[in-house]
Amino acid sequence: MTAPVAWDGPQGNVLPVVTAPATVLSTVGDEVDPADPAVVQLAADLVATMRVSPGCVGLAATQVGVGAQIFAVDVTGHPKAATTHGTFVLCNAKIIEASRWKAGREGCMSVPDLTGDVKRAGRIVVSAALPGSGEPVEITTDAFEARALQHEIDHCAGKLFLDRVAGAHAIYQRKVYL
Amino acid sequence: MHELAITVIGPDRTGIVADVAEALAGVGANLTDSTMTRLRGHFTMTLICTGPAVDEASAALSSLGDVVTSVRSVAPEFDKSDGGDPYVVSVHGADRLGIVSAVTRVVAAAGGNITDLSTRLTGALYVLIAEVDLPAGVSDELAEQLAVAAAELGVEVTLRRAESEIL
Repeated sequence: MTAPVAWDGPQGNVLPVVTAPATVLSTVGDEVDPADPAVVQLAADLVATMRVSPGCVGLAATQVGVGAQIFAVDVTGHPKAATTHGTFVLCNAKIIEASRWKAGREGCMSVPDLTGDVKRAGRIVVSAALPGSGEPVEITTDAFEARALQHEIDHCAGKLFLDRVAGAHAIYQRKVYL
Repeated sequence: MHELAITVIGPDRTGIVADVAEALAGVGANLTDSTMTRLRGHFTMTLICTGPAVDEASAALSSLGDVVTSVRSVAPEFDKSDGGDPYVVSVHGADRLGIVSAVTRVVAAAGGNITDLSTRLTGALYVLIAEVDLPAGVSDELAEQLAVAAAELGVEVTLRRAESEIL
């Protein structure tokens, strides 16, 4: 069932990114119809917004104010990445396997002033649908791309990394604004 | 042998930890447990030390200048391990009065002992992370009570088991 997942859709518009404590960030996103033209447009907008945001490796619909289970990811070239699938957008993604748990520091465009240590699986299998075709895909990945996917899937469930930080001394004031 | 509890709070500057430690070393104080951080840019240090009398330590710290210090004698205590299960409480949401008091009161009422806490205000976002030792079997009920309190406060809360691997 593995298919090429790279984004190959229309040009999107750059949308404003909302920051916590916006309530949409804590709202469970609705499942989407991946073939819906509005969903394809949202996918394009997420890719466009991600690309113009320095350091951004993933962006979920809740972060542009839309409570929907769709997100864009691109960790290409990131020093912590191993397996990469380029730029891609997933709808209704679910983690079906997770292993190799490891703590790591992460930030979020919607929590711009803080970072936190979060334990994530270093290897995952995700099932989802591609926007446009609606084709079901299973993505197996690891390392930083796995972390990014888990972070974005959390957004779709109304969760932030703040809900998973390891302890009272595991949040940090961000010094460099990317 | 005196055991002293000391706090030092003031404007942060390079070398202030070294100055505190040197002043205390100069009167024979042995630093045992200590913590230092910056809270909204203020240098804050809390420590326990053994050795000198209160007056000696106070006099030594008075040379530091633009800081507020307190020194008091304390009876020795030991870290109590009462067999509670370690959990982490995360709270985030729009800043408002009373978040910490409401959340920690719920934790206390469930018999939870907070062992570490930090809060941060960044812009309009308030974040609280607490490490809590819970009596066995109370976590599900506490999670429900925290959800009720969080809904009243308009904030998000999660309670989850702390992870610790001993290698």
